[in-house]
Amino acid sequence: MAEPMRIRATMAGDVADVKVLMNHPMETGLRKDAKTGQLVPAHFIQDVTATINGATVLNADFGTGISKNPYLGFKVKGPKKGDKVVVNWVDNKGDKNSAEATIG
Amino acid sequence: MNALRRNVLKGAAGAGTVAIAVAAGLLKPTQAMAAWNKAAFEAKNVGDAMKGLGVAGPADSKEIAIKAPDIAENGSVVPVEVTSSIAGTTSIAILAEKNGTPLVGTYNLSGGAEGYISTRIKMGQTSLVRAVVNAGGKSYTAAKEVKVTIGGCGG
Repeated sequence: MAEPMRIRATMAGDVADVKVLMNHPMETGLRKDAKTGQLVPAHFIQDVTATINGATVLNADFGTGISKNPYLGFKVKGPKKGDKVVVNWVDNKGDKNSAEATIG
Repeated sequence: MNALRRNVLKGAAGAGTVAIAVAAGLLKPTQAMAAWNKAAFEAKNVGDAMKGLGVAGPADSKEIAIKAPDIAENGSVVPVEVTSSIAGTTSIAILAEKNGTPLVGTYNLSGGAEGYISTRIKMGQTSLVRAVVNAGGKSYTAAKEVKVTIGGCGG
């Protein structure tokens, strides 16, 4: 099941710089297991949504070309220190994870 | 315009319809939050991926900056940063042109989000990394070559 996700959000002027590190194997479905020789089934994050104080700022779709343990950085103009950032993801098996952080 | 119409019609039976309609600007993004653009992500070449995204003939733009290493030793983790200075940037898509499925990710920006995305992608081999930006109903693109010494797909 889903492991923790880390978010760091800091203000630089009037722009919030948000960095997210997700824990996920991001299997493409093309890799073979070294021991069994069987293909490892595809298992990857498909949908990522970020909100600040409840308003959506980013809606991202990932393909299998995103690296393992995905890193995502984005910038948002307007928020203030203390505003709440929430990031949710859903993978192709329906697993979900959510984390939140306060902009500092 | 004809090509666009064709896409919408073609997708009409499948789950891709909504995503394509969004990309084409026919629906508001909020109506299609959960739709993963299967047609675009499973496309095997850049042309089909663009078609899946509803992008036709994007204009080259110098206002899109792609920051990525010239040489990536490890293709399984290639840091890529895309910055679009085009006013009204609403979405950014990243493609690794020679990957089995070139489309890596799409990012819809709203609520004050700036035209900037930083990520790490997998690359199977040396290839152009392309960014496609939608702004004000138009598409723009830019690309940068990244040389890969060890591929990151499969293996």
